[in-house]
Amino acid sequence: MSDTFLYGIEVVMNGLMAGVLYALVALGFVLIYKASGIFNYAQGVMALFAALTLVGIMEGQVPFSHLINAIFGTNIHHFGWEVPAILAIFLTMGVMVLFAYLVQRFVFRHLVGQEPIILFMATIGLAYFLEGFGDLMWGSEIKKLDIGLVQGASVWFEDLTSGLGGDGFYGFYIDVLDVTAAVVAVILVVSLTLFSQYSKQGRAMRAVADDHQAALSVGISLNFIWILVWSIAGFVALVAGIMWGAKSGVQFSLSLIALKALPVLMLGGFTSIPGAIVGGLIIGVGEKLFEFMIGPMIGGATEAWFAYVLALVFLVFRPQGLFGDKIIERV
Amino acid sequence: MFYREAGDFKTTYADDSQTFPIKFDRYRYYLVLAVAFGVIPFIINDYWANAVLLPFLIYAIAAIGLNILVGYAGQVSLGSGGFMAVGAYATYKLMTSFPDVNIFFHVIIAGGITALVGVMFGLPSLRIKGFYLAVSTLAAQFFLVWLFNRVPWFYNYSASGQISSPERTVFGYAVTGPNAETWVAYLFCLVFVTISAIIARNLTRGASGRRWMAIRDMDIAAEIIGVNPLKAKLTAFAVSSFFIGIAGALFFAVYLGSAEVGDTFGTTKSFLLLFMVIIGGLGSIFGSFAGAAFLVVLPVLLKNVLVAGLGWPTDTAAHLEILIIGGLIITFLIAEPHGLAQLWRVAKEKLRLWPFPH
Amino acid sequence: MKLKLATLALGAMMATGPVMAELVFPSLAYRTGPFAAGGIPFADGYSDYFTLLNARDGGIGGVMTAVPECETAYNTEKGVECYEALKGDGALVFQPLSTGITYQLIPKTTADDIPMHTMGYGRTSAKNGKVFSHTFNYPVNYWDGASVGVNHFKEQAGGSLEGKKITLLHFNGSYGKEPIPTLEALAAQEGFDLTIIPIDYPGQEQKSQWLQIRREKPDYILFWGWGVMNQVAVQEAVNIRYPMDQFMGIWWSGSENDVMPAGAGADGYKAIAFHNVGSDFAVFGDIQKYVVDAGTAAGDGSNVGTVLYNRGVYAAFLAAEAAKTAQAMSGTMDINASQMRDAMEALEITEAKMAAAGLAGFGPEFSVSCENHGGPGMAAIAQWNATDQKWSLITEFGPSDSSIVNPLIEADSAAYAAENNIAERCN
Repeated sequence: MSDTFLYGIEVVMNGLMAGVLYALVALGFVLIYKASGIFNYAQGVMALFAALTLVGIMEGQVPFSHLINAIFGTNIHHFGWEVPAILAIFLTMGVMVLFAYLVQRFVFRHLVGQEPIILFMATIGLAYFLEGFGDLMWGSEIKKLDIGLVQGASVWFEDLTSGLGGDGFYGFYIDVLDVTAAVVAVILVVSLTLFSQYSKQGRAMRAVADDHQAALSVGISLNFIWILVWSIAGFVALVAGIMWGAKSGVQFSLSLIALKALPVLMLGGFTSIPGAIVGGLIIGVGEKLFEFMIGPMIGGATEAWFAYVLALVFLVFRPQGLFGDKIIERV
Repeated sequence: MFYREAGDFKTTYADDSQTFPIKFDRYRYYLVLAVAFGVIPFIINDYWANAVLLPFLIYAIAAIGLNILVGYAGQVSLGSGGFMAVGAYATYKLMTSFPDVNIFFHVIIAGGITALVGVMFGLPSLRIKGFYLAVSTLAAQFFLVWLFNRVPWFYNYSASGQISSPERTVFGYAVTGPNAETWVAYLFCLVFVTISAIIARNLTRGASGRRWMAIRDMDIAAEIIGVNPLKAKLTAFAVSSFFIGIAGALFFAVYLGSAEVGDTFGTTKSFLLLFMVIIGGLGSIFGSFAGAAFLVVLPVLLKNVLVAGLGWPTDTAAHLEILIIGGLIITFLIAEPHGLAQLWRVAKEKLRLWPFPH
Repeated sequence: MKLKLATLALGAMMATGPVMAELVFPSLAYRTGPFAAGGIPFADGYSDYFTLLNARDGGIGGVMTAVPECETAYNTEKGVECYEALKGDGALVFQPLSTGITYQLIPKTTADDIPMHTMGYGRTSAKNGKVFSHTFNYPVNYWDGASVGVNHFKEQAGGSLEGKKITLLHFNGSYGKEPIPTLEALAAQEGFDLTIIPIDYPGQEQKSQWLQIRREKPDYILFWGWGVMNQVAVQEAVNIRYPMDQFMGIWWSGSENDVMPAGAGADGYKAIAFHNVGSDFAVFGDIQKYVVDAGTAAGDGSNVGTVLYNRGVYAAFLAAEAAKTAQAMSGTMDINASQMRDAMEALEITEAKMAAAGLAGFGPEFSVSCENHGGPGMAAIAQWNATDQKWSLITEFGPSDSSIVNPLIEADSAAYAAENNIAERCN
């Protein structure tokens, strides 16, 4: 096998891994959209906020220290203790549940029945709010997130495969962190599916997704379901925040990963969990392969737009995305 | 008391179908124009012009453009930043290639070029709808930014890819470049705003506007009653992009004086314009102005209150600033989902009866 | 309520401070947004140095200094607002700290007669003082940086780069594109193969780029990144086990922030530097004593001695020295922006001046002239030691290859002059 072909395979494998990471972000969007018809622009900022909170709790930072110092002229920043990662994750989860409750109580309860674009706008307001709030609470310096995830090339896999090609071939490169992320994503999807198929709350969630009115009439509390859904989306955001934050440190740019998830959503359909996964994989492989084969000819850095163009092409043939609910139009 | 129709008898069709049929409204409109053209240029200073008025005017043009697409024709677009970039780069190329032609025409031609590009990226709207369309217009956004960054011809092969606007004059007064007086730049933009608003207003209440609204309200029904969706959607894209292109041209040439595509016309700009339109009020020309004013003035105001007024550190103030803006957006939506324009309409109704309760 | 009262009291305190003559050095900082991690230490250093001058020496030449800060978030429009807000208050020199804002302010500062100092960023050809009268980019610019970096690689390769492969990995924007012309000229002269790989903002995801590097195995990598791009690039380089001592960043990609997240693997990563690193300078003791311990530091004091904090201090030091020169030249203590500009053009930084400021050996000696607003273009190479968690300079400050850089500067500034009808000065 020629080296170029092998490298092509390597690119595909890494594209799949990247796709899983995109899918992880997209999953949060899908959950909320399915259950409440809200296109939640704040998903990226939620990932940032969750990661910030996790680091803040782990390092024992004093929340709002900048604000307190500014008003009272004090100089405090740390409590002086450190919290183990597992406990910190649980505490962060608690914060995200609280956040879900507050969002439901103070924002979306008042916007029931509004047009989708108004709801979308409200989530943008929420994104602004949360971004300012997160920065105010934990500061905008870059923070190192270390919960013991291993990263770097898998040497074992490299050695195993290096014999496949000639001298110019090093063996396939796979990042251990990406593998971890993929495993976590698979576990997440499987447990979400099991939850929604077999648990009482899960079934209620699906009922709400199908028809709000009917769900209400059989005694399902919409309020509770929406808090539940936002909490799960908060959890997904936390997982995405950890995976991306481990690589780059926790900082503002983390909120921009939402832009990576949008083409995935388009392609997979806004309403389908498997769609998010498959869409993520197609986008991941597509953009990496395009960058590998065509990129050098036209100057590189094509990934940002190629994902969108790819999704656009798919949409022209299937306007509701690959797995989205069929759009039925009645007059 | 105000905005009363009583005693205002229309005797001709022209009178009856004018833009502001209520006398009080008309006089208020003339007053605003008189202040904008006759008073502000004499009292304007650098800070007010560059920090508030110029961005407000230019964003207002862009918001009018986007409002035609989103508010009147119902096609949600997140590609406006990219279209502004088309306008900006088109003017730059025109300004440097044809230095003798008046910049006024450059800006208009740049708008025309943007309209063509807009139509091209509007084609998918025939198949794709709603949020799917919104996200797919991001393809235009990212592709255009990449293109202007990538192809050196667009920035005249300069080392860094920045474009800077050289000095150009109108009636002997410099409009662009470092020596442009602020009042000249202000008037230049104001003329464009006024003309755009008049054109947009008349387009939207005419036949084409009614076609767009029919498409927005239900495209299948519109098709059945004889509206050609292809034509309606593409004209909406064209007109909208034309205005956005003009805004982009002014933004680069008059306001900033230099620009870099990813920095100045990135996705943030697209989102910002959409916020303006939604907060201002979908389907309202006044709303475009109100939305632009809200999002231009509020950050400057908050910054001045928090930093200059209260003496807070700039970072805390900046965090608090976006927190407050986010909070206000949510509050506004809860209080009035139809935007500032609706608040204005309600206020007018109240003023009509005031001071009597019924 | 308590909160409100406290802020009101604070506001009142600030507002009623005594009014006196001040030397104003505005700081266009960014403590928020995507590049906050880099903006915060710089702004702290800039502000703390002037606080130190006020507390220790009673200002500059007996006149107190003031550093009004304005948040730009690296956003050009906010930069305009900040510039317009601050230029009226007797601002002596602007440091925009962003390439986009610099390009925008070049014509504006010239028209308003206020000098602008873009230290190690901005428009490279502003070095040509004959065209750019109010813009200064001493002591070094990107093209010098590219040249010094290539020189170091040449030394590392044993004196010749013939047939070697060098990759430029860069931010896909005007900042990152700056070094390309220089590197292309150098590639022709030194005979190395140049590959250019752009990374789009924000650079959170760089798998494709690093897979390409892994495939092509370049001998050396030069890196022009900023923001999250830095941390990810260093991490990915560690992941593919690229030899870190053949991977070199520009000075904006060489701070503690950039290498710390990658941990031990980042050991040996290099960066081009135009000032010294570490906190073993007298000035930092004074800052600790007069500023941090007195509770008047801009930050929480934890940044003192980091690379970007030092850069802020260095920028403030150069501005203060220019102000001193202006006071000596004009004979008045309360100088204005125009006098400041004249002084910046006659600035001489000597070892004695640096030692007097507690910064002995902190940067190279240099002088500025009417024709040359960029100094000699001296830069050194710093290397990261992950065990000690410290950067250290591994070379002396060396000159760039002026036979390559100068013609490029001439050409680019001539194009600017022609486009804007600027007549040459200094004749």
